[in-house]
Amino acid sequence: MTAPAHGLPNSLPRPPGELQQLESVWEPPKGWRILSAVNNTWIGLFYVGAALLFLVLGGILALMMRLQLAVPENDLIDFDLYNQLFTMHGSVMMFLFAVPVVEAIGILLLPAMLGARDLPFPRLSAYAFWAYFVGGLVFFATIFFDVAPDGGWFMYPPLTSFEFSPGLRSDFWLLGIGFIEISAIAGAIEIVVGILRTRPPGMTLDKMPVYVWAMLIVGGMIIFGFPPVILATALLELERAFHWPFFIAEQGGDPVLWQHLFWLFGHPDVYIIFLPAAGLVSMIVPTMAQIPLVGYRWVVLAIVATGFISFALWVHHMFATGMPHLTTSFFSAASMAVAIPAGIQVFAWIATLRRGRVQLATPTWFILGFFGIFVLGGLTGVMLAVAPYDWQVHDTYFVVAHLHYVLIGGMVFPVFAGIYYWAPFVSGRPLSERMGKWACGLMFGGFNLAFFPMHISGLLGMPRRVWTYSDTLGWDIWNLLSTIGAFVLAAGFFIALLDLLLHLRPAGKVNVNPWNAGTLEWLPLDNYGVRSIPRITSREPLWDTPSLREEVDRGQHYLPNTVTGHRETIVTSPIDARPEYLLKLPGPSWLPVLAGVGTAAFFLFLTVKMFVASALGGIVALVSIFKWLWKSEPAPTAKLYHIGEGIELPDHASGSKSHSWWAMVVLMLVDGSIFASLVFAYFYLWTITQGWPPAPFDIPSLSWTVGCALLWSLSSLLFAIAKVLLRKAASRAAICGVIVSAILCVIAAFATNMHTFTTANVQPAEHAYGAVIYALLAWQGLHGVLLALMGSYTIARLIAGLLDDRRRNTFDNTRLMWHYSVAQGVVALAVLQVPRLFS
Amino acid sequence: MSEQHVQSVLHSAPGSGAELLEELGMVLYVGAALIFVVVMGLLLHAVFSRRLRASARAWVIGGGIVFPAVTLFVLLTYSLAVGSAVSALNSGTALQLLLNCFGIDSNARIPPPLPGTLRINVVGKQWWWEVRYRAADGELRNVPLANELRIPVDEPVELMVSSGDVIHSFWVPSLAGKVDMIPGRTNRLVVRTSEPGIYRGQCAEYCGGQHALMALYVVAEPRERFYDWLRNQAQPARAPTDPFLRSGYDAFMQGRCPECHTVRGTPAEGTSGPDLTHIGGRHSLAAGVLKNHIGTMAGWIAGSQDVKPGNLMPDSEIHTGSQLRALAAWLESLE
Repeated sequence: MTAPAHGLPNSLPRPPGELQQLESVWEPPKGWRILSAVNNTWIGLFYVGAALLFLVLGGILALMMRLQLAVPENDLIDFDLYNQLFTMHGSVMMFLFAVPVVEAIGILLLPAMLGARDLPFPRLSAYAFWAYFVGGLVFFATIFFDVAPDGGWFMYPPLTSFEFSPGLRSDFWLLGIGFIEISAIAGAIEIVVGILRTRPPGMTLDKMPVYVWAMLIVGGMIIFGFPPVILATALLELERAFHWPFFIAEQGGDPVLWQHLFWLFGHPDVYIIFLPAAGLVSMIVPTMAQIPLVGYRWVVLAIVATGFISFALWVHHMFATGMPHLTTSFFSAASMAVAIPAGIQVFAWIATLRRGRVQLATPTWFILGFFGIFVLGGLTGVMLAVAPYDWQVHDTYFVVAHLHYVLIGGMVFPVFAGIYYWAPFVSGRPLSERMGKWACGLMFGGFNLAFFPMHISGLLGMPRRVWTYSDTLGWDIWNLLSTIGAFVLAAGFFIALLDLLLHLRPAGKVNVNPWNAGTLEWLPLDNYGVRSIPRITSREPLWDTPSLREEVDRGQHYLPNTVTGHRETIVTSPIDARPEYLLKLPGPSWLPVLAGVGTAAFFLFLTVKMFVASALGGIVALVSIFKWLWKSEPAPTAKLYHIGEGIELPDHASGSKSHSWWAMVVLMLVDGSIFASLVFAYFYLWTITQGWPPAPFDIPSLSWTVGCALLWSLSSLLFAIAKVLLRKAASRAAICGVIVSAILCVIAAFATNMHTFTTANVQPAEHAYGAVIYALLAWQGLHGVLLALMGSYTIARLIAGLLDDRRRNTFDNTRLMWHYSVAQGVVALAVLQVPRLFS
Repeated sequence: MSEQHVQSVLHSAPGSGAELLEELGMVLYVGAALIFVVVMGLLLHAVFSRRLRASARAWVIGGGIVFPAVTLFVLLTYSLAVGSAVSALNSGTALQLLLNCFGIDSNARIPPPLPGTLRINVVGKQWWWEVRYRAADGELRNVPLANELRIPVDEPVELMVSSGDVIHSFWVPSLAGKVDMIPGRTNRLVVRTSEPGIYRGQCAEYCGGQHALMALYVVAEPRERFYDWLRNQAQPARAPTDPFLRSGYDAFMQGRCPECHTVRGTPAEGTSGPDLTHIGGRHSLAAGVLKNHIGTMAGWIAGSQDVKPGNLMPDSEIHTGSQLRALAAWLESLE
């Protein structure tokens, strides 16, 4: 396995000045300007820091609740504040801590683990971070103004709709959380494309660290899992604002539709949170045992299997809604089945610990805490999958106990193990062992004291989300214990976070491998990442090639310099990681900050109905984004650049080789999933309605439908012609002319679409049938606007001379979105005609 | 008065569906505890011993795949058996076989109620329960009650649950698992117990402000007493006989009370609040929040927004102390 010392990609001595040039290109901005940094080492740190801040804020809400419940019939906190507290606690922990923290750790660790100088879209990460941070803080602040949401973190209508929750509270949840989900998707695109395209040469899929596998799968799960809830929040907001009755039973809607859409997201979300943490465990355990992970292939298979099965479990949150036995049994079986991939991982870790000699440092103690808590949470999870048992404990404190065992045990403990394990990677020195052990001990003891008694209070009949309880019910002692435990747990968190504040000082240059780990993030690092990008021949390169750290640091591997004079990294092929081209990366910029803040302002001002301010925020965001896009895809030089070992790479790629093409495809998957969720809603409402369309409404006119579909297709045809013209280097005027006609055609198609839908003789606020078809129309309209914007932008680049047959990523992306949107529009039209087959 | 039972999954009533579920729970607790101890033992041994052999095949496939797959398969079939046994399905051969297989006594099974017997509709409302008795024999129709159910012992009783506003969940843990009350749908739950007594239940799906204060009682009585009670409940209220109660009656009728409440046999026919025709005979006020007696009745009328803030009943402003006492006394006389 050991690569020979000679025959390395680059030879010594390295030319003078090479290192200085690399350093100066990657120099981070100084002082407060560091906020304009976009590279992932900095954004990753900000991101993790912000997520931990929300952990503290969400934790304070929990402590307030525990104080209220410490004794029966307490009047410390009234019901109205309490209901806001538990809604905010759940929402903050799930949407502002758990999902962001796993993405943040990915953004921080992945470039180093992949030996990349950076992930492919630094400004996208920066944008995702700022939108989340600003939006999250404002969302949290609603609790201080008595306008925090109070419908529970899963916001079941009709309680959360306009009739039973007038005012702004629910709107803050729907718009605030809705757009934070968009930020999560931006992060997922960065992670997925980064993993597929910026791996080091030789790191084929079967040599990826388990954590990287986990993040790849999680990225995929976010892409398919978040769309249903994005759609659900949009539908509920439409219901609240315009009374479109998606969830109102008297008008043909169904509150259970919300539950399907929410849990179709909600259950994958649990694994979106857990799998990255399991990935961390799969990195820490082998290092601490000094032995490669036992059953690597099985563990990867288990992660992939979990990803798939997690989409077939959502109904186990709805066992009490009164569904047919067959349905219950199917989802019960699927929910149990997910224990198998979890079991595979647990036994692979135990087998690894057996084979090795385990080093007992703070990360190990957190991992042991993880095992103790997570295994118990998994076992209660199997109990909840047993449908008849679930009828008893569903929505009680037993479930509260279970979900905290799996989330705190399954995610928070591995994350803190990770913080102690990777702190030297950030600052070059470990955190305090002493404080770490105290933190771990208090967290473990406090956690169990807080949450184990909740199993019992739940079995004694205590429902969740009660702000008070009578002293006659026998719940007193268990609640008091939980409250004491919660404060002990908080003390543990406090010590760990204090340790971080006192001892974590991000250092530019880091050259340590304190645990003697085998993976690439422990190579010597500087602001530019690794000095040279290593050639990979095994899964634990640092163990198999002991000289690798020195070789890389001396610049003997790929790209030991900056060949284009810009920030750059190597883009490799997705399966076998062969170098394909050099990606020029952007430097520090305030644009992503502006765009992020603008996006947050757009949504938040919209919530409080300050439309002018909201529009301004939207314009700031759009202008910033267009401005940053304008500079992307710099002019390709005709040159080839030598990166070592005789490999010469271009500084540009187009078509399906380009990283931007991959990002666009991922975005279209997200888009398609939102659309698919809406089509699901349409068919779902059909199944619960007598007669479809319900009398007196109609199916939209067939002839108008055909005409409309033809118009949409014509716009696609026009864009295809534009592509041919671009290929043939036709005149700019001709290409512009064709794109303009394609845009006009979209406008005509959409106008026809509106008319076609009015032939159904239903108003959106009249019946759920009208609501769902107008939602389809609105979704298509949004795409019409998008096409007009993207088309105009493409024309602008063409006129400015920034687009030609070679430099055509903008054109390609617009083209992809064009054909996708047209296909979506035609499918939507076809879906509305399906009832004809049954009439 | 009959014995009050604890509201608990671990204290199921004999002969109830909850009894089978409690047994299922015991199997789960013991099984989980055993697995937990073994896994932790293996883990600690692995950590605190020197290097040991561990083949991927034995550990990952044996421990991670074969063991859980077999255990879960058995558990799934057992849970199907229990699920069918408590759901009052028509008994088929397959179900009988399944029950025999896991040693479940067929008498423990909740049978489907006979056609034409008692059926109770329960409608969840923010934050109380509207109850209506219906029977197919034509004699007892549409007896509206609130916040309390009575059932005969040893007889499966069919509850049809739905909602009048937001989602609630009907849950009396000592009798049966919970079932959601969802606008636009009607769900079915069959309950049975062989032990007379009072069983407490509570709304289990968060339903807004006072979700915590939405409880109810189920009173199980011998068959004879139950039907006597039901016949009485179907009667209109008796006219007040003495002047003190009469003044209470007048206070009720002159105040805003009749806008929301019905007292059958009087001009009060409001429907947005609970029917009060026989309120004096109920165990609790305000959906399980207060024990029902004259003092709590007066307190509730005078300060309903202090007892249960946000509920639909306004604090009373018009009654003097003596009027309040008379009003409470009249309501308590409606048994």
